[in-house]
Amino acid sequence: MNIEIALLLGQDGLTNGAIYALLSVALVLVFAVTRVIYIPQGEFVAFGALTLASFQVGKTPGTLWLLIGAGVVVALVDLSSALRSGQRRHIPRIVGWNLAYPAVVAGVIHLFTPAELPLLAQIVLSLALVVPLGPMTYRLAYQPLAEASVLVLLIVSVAVHLALVGLGLLFFGAEGSRTPAFSEGSLSVGSLTVSGQTLWVLGASLTLIVVLALFFERTIYGKALRATAMNRTGARLMGISTVMAGKLSFLLASLIGALSGILIAPITTIYYDTGFLIGLKGFVGAIVGALSSYPLAAAGALLVGLLEAFSSFWASAFKEVIVFTLIIPVLVWLSLTTRHVEEEE
Amino acid sequence: MREIAPVLEVEDLCVSYGKVEALHHANLMVGAGQIVTVIGPNGAGKTTMLSAVMGLLPCSRGQIRFQGQLRSAAEVEEMVALGANLVPESRALFGEMSVEDNLLLGAFTRYRSGDRDSAGTMEEVFRIFPRLKERRTQHAGTLSGGERQMLALARALMAKPKLLMLDEPSLGLAPLIVKDIFRVIASLKDTGVAILLVEQNARAALQVADYAYVLETGEIALEGPSRQLIDDPKVVESYLGLGGRH
Amino acid sequence: MQPHYLLGGFLVLLLTVPQIASEFHVTLLNYIGLYSIVAIGLVLLTGIGGLTSFGQAAFVGLGGYTTAYLTTATNLPAWAAFLGGAPWMGLLAGIVITALVALLLGLLTLRLSGHYLPLGTIAWSISLYFLFGNLEFLGGHTGITGIPALTVFGLVMMDGRNFFYVIWAVVLIAVWLTVNLLDSREGRAIRALKGGVVMAEAMGVDTARSKVVIFLIAALFGCVSGWLYAHLQRFVNPTPFSINMSIEYLFMAVLGGAAHVWGALIGAGVITILKQWLQDWLPRLLGASGNFEMIVFGVLLIYVLQRARDGIWPILARLVPQPVVVRAVPQAEPLPRKLPPDKGLVLLDARKVVKRFGGLVANNNMNLTVKSGEIMALIGPNGAGKSTMFNCLSGVDQATEGEVLFAGRDVTRLDSREIARLGMSRTFQHVRLLGTMSVLENAAIGAHLRGSKGVLPAMLHLERGEEARLLAEAARQVERVGLKDAMFEPAGSLALGQQRTLEIARAMCADPCLLLLDEPAAGLRYLEKQALAELLRKLRGEGVGILLVEHDMDFVMGLADRVVVMEFGEKIAEGLPEEVQRNPAVIEAYLGGVE
Repeated sequence: MNIEIALLLGQDGLTNGAIYALLSVALVLVFAVTRVIYIPQGEFVAFGALTLASFQVGKTPGTLWLLIGAGVVVALVDLSSALRSGQRRHIPRIVGWNLAYPAVVAGVIHLFTPAELPLLAQIVLSLALVVPLGPMTYRLAYQPLAEASVLVLLIVSVAVHLALVGLGLLFFGAEGSRTPAFSEGSLSVGSLTVSGQTLWVLGASLTLIVVLALFFERTIYGKALRATAMNRTGARLMGISTVMAGKLSFLLASLIGALSGILIAPITTIYYDTGFLIGLKGFVGAIVGALSSYPLAAAGALLVGLLEAFSSFWASAFKEVIVFTLIIPVLVWLSLTTRHVEEEE
Repeated sequence: MREIAPVLEVEDLCVSYGKVEALHHANLMVGAGQIVTVIGPNGAGKTTMLSAVMGLLPCSRGQIRFQGQLRSAAEVEEMVALGANLVPESRALFGEMSVEDNLLLGAFTRYRSGDRDSAGTMEEVFRIFPRLKERRTQHAGTLSGGERQMLALARALMAKPKLLMLDEPSLGLAPLIVKDIFRVIASLKDTGVAILLVEQNARAALQVADYAYVLETGEIALEGPSRQLIDDPKVVESYLGLGGRH
Repeated sequence: MQPHYLLGGFLVLLLTVPQIASEFHVTLLNYIGLYSIVAIGLVLLTGIGGLTSFGQAAFVGLGGYTTAYLTTATNLPAWAAFLGGAPWMGLLAGIVITALVALLLGLLTLRLSGHYLPLGTIAWSISLYFLFGNLEFLGGHTGITGIPALTVFGLVMMDGRNFFYVIWAVVLIAVWLTVNLLDSREGRAIRALKGGVVMAEAMGVDTARSKVVIFLIAALFGCVSGWLYAHLQRFVNPTPFSINMSIEYLFMAVLGGAAHVWGALIGAGVITILKQWLQDWLPRLLGASGNFEMIVFGVLLIYVLQRARDGIWPILARLVPQPVVVRAVPQAEPLPRKLPPDKGLVLLDARKVVKRFGGLVANNNMNLTVKSGEIMALIGPNGAGKSTMFNCLSGVDQATEGEVLFAGRDVTRLDSREIARLGMSRTFQHVRLLGTMSVLENAAIGAHLRGSKGVLPAMLHLERGEEARLLAEAARQVERVGLKDAMFEPAGSLALGQQRTLEIARAMCADPCLLLLDEPAAGLRYLEKQALAELLRKLRGEGVGILLVEHDMDFVMGLADRVVVMEFGEKIAEGLPEEVQRNPAVIEAYLGGVE
């Protein structure tokens, strides 16, 4: 290996690592607020990328049907519980978000021809379609079990993951997609050529992390999320509902997931089930941060990206094995440094 | 003799943990602008009562009226939105956030309903607790015990509550600080907020309260104006267990 | 356990099915059997132990690949040559390898929070899958073919109908071993893992070891299933050992009834048949091909977890008339007892104990002694630091400064399990019983340290003699505290007062020389309190030392020999009950005041 190859691999590793870092931050957030180990995060990566790819080839993405279907189910569940408890004032909001919103998105897709829209509009439309699926998933799968143990929530996560992968196969088929790069240009620094998409990924990740940091530090909703993570009862006593915090964290997670998918779609071919492995690499990062520290999780995820890039050079067949084996020294370190007090159910 | 408009009325309230009933047929009323205290030895069911009123625990029987309205669903958030605030025994502060952020979140429900003047309320609250102003950028987790209790109180006041429920505000505090806290509680009366004070520290509670209930093993054993109860030997009995040995 | 005629009927069915069913159905039942073996392990791990694994298929793969490689390899090195060729050797090697891997994974993750084990197993299972697919000598993604058939008692198992008997015999053995294990001393420790870790540790149970044990057993069941699979199919490739299959195994366990051993068979059956059916119908319905049954499984599982978290088995069990439980009080020769210490000997001696939480001083300079044959009461208002002190004494927590001597030994840095071994036993302020276990079994956990038979004898039920003595001891203590009539009821059905007395019975099963009671009288009625006081006096008479934390002054004053009063983490008074009760500082502490 010479320095050029090393730089190239480093560039690859950083690009992927940035995506894993975004995902790991989202995973830590969801776990801190809701105690859900969010395995289906990866499916949002795939959905984001494949929805955009569908738009670009002039197809109506199947995620639209999922949005409409999930909206109808959520509306039915919420309406029946609102009627039962006599809280009619929630009805407009329920109908608005779960029935009207998907209808509007469908209308926009029908009226405009997404394939002819500029890239930015396609991206916005993809996000508008995929991101609301996050809070809807929370509503249908997790909210009724909000008080259950981490273990039960984890099993639910796996079930959601399976269902979404199956739906992904149904919507997008078994063939993968790759979208064109956001821009054609590239940057040359000495002998190193940095592709435009790499810059997009790094720039967008950095921006997103800064925006998230500002959201958590400066806005009352960001603070409310942190408060729920620190002291659930305390937050409830301030009127911060656990349900609202859960939906908000799922919204952020699915935004991060879908955007990550859109960012890497020009770099790697995305299949309906690619998201799982990408999400899990984010998890390895999150575990480095012991599922609680954002900076450590992001750093761990970057490390995963680099490790993956370099091991694909040396032992490409075993790169997944090497990446997932990284978890072992991390676990050793964690188990030696934490004195764990068992949670009692 | 109690003709003040009620803020909170609790009728025939029963609460059970599994098969164990922790509160039996409790009746209680808090009038507007009143300080009402529930005293009693440990394990009598005082915290259970507050939790049930707040909606943290389901009631197995009975009715809770807040400002004349029957409380239907046991939703904590709903109660906060209606103007009831609980300061729990644990204080439940957000330890890794600054004092200011803790206070800001106290006004969360007001913010959501469109009342965004948290800065003004914070200044008012700082007038009551000047110590907190000095420590406004410090993390809540680094405060002393007394300061934590003050922050918990201040945070609840940020919501501009109509009913403030305090669970053992003197718990674990040194006598001088207890004195401070109770002085603040007494002074809050002037702001017009109704206070339901649950205390083990019977004398201090009786001194600031208008009316008192004595809770013993899940039942209201005694009630009356605080001035009458303060010298009632039965109160001492229920605390020190002198009664049983005659 | 279900009535015997149901079990008998099931056995008869198993014997006749291969003779009458079609080839297709026999194959289906063979798979159900193979999956059941894995699911039984998961029931033990997840439903009963409260842990979970997404790596079971990988353990199945280890079993399958090990035997596949060893029975087909032509160039084994000389030192390993003896393992080659024979399926039974393949099984042995598979078991050893699986055990090593499971032990390593378990030791790595089980000290951490419960969710690190599943995350670790996800990583492990993906790694192994890629390893199978990429290793040249394991045939890559094509796998290994030409695996020899299994020979049992000289019979070559060439066809599915014969193999059926082998598979289902293994299923029944797995059920038998698991049911046996759960009904034993080790089994009670395992059943305490879900929600009773602190209590079990205080009774001397090594819960970390119990966790490793069930993870190991679950992994080994997987390995055996994989071994059978390899010799049934006669070839292996990586696909059936992927993480998706691991998830399916978990579905089987949860759907069938995660806490019921027989539920595993139901779950395996339902999922296998449903999958077969969905794979036929869904592609036709949707007009595309693919594993769409996953959508249905995912949604179904979420629905089950939301609506019937205990799975199908309890629902089925309700349809069957309730079996009559044998309600004979266990009788056996008493267990050996420790010699009671001399009266008046100092058992517990806490010297200048300080406990800080961050900047907060919860206990400051606390001195305390308890002698044998006396009742010492520790009292004080709420928040005075009594529970903290209690935890420092019993090893649940550790003192920041100072020392605690127990039975002449420094126990300041020992954990609760080691202290229990020295003869200290305790009850908990917030009752820590296992609600679904019977009163008798709950008490028997207290006697854990008085037995010694391990997991293997328990699985084979070779420890019945010791078990009978442990249960008889538990029964004696249950009777002694007056709960004889409720001995076979689930502990969760008792009233609070009875639950507190059961805690004392459990503590007494340990044959302690020092008993630590945390608010034993709270929630008791007047007569119950009197009975409790009577019992404690009797124990005192036998030379047991008792340390009592209590709020009920009335109860304490009539009972205690000496009283220590705490406030703000410090001792404010010590002496005879009458003295303490008239002490102005104590009255002040209890009633409070601001003037």
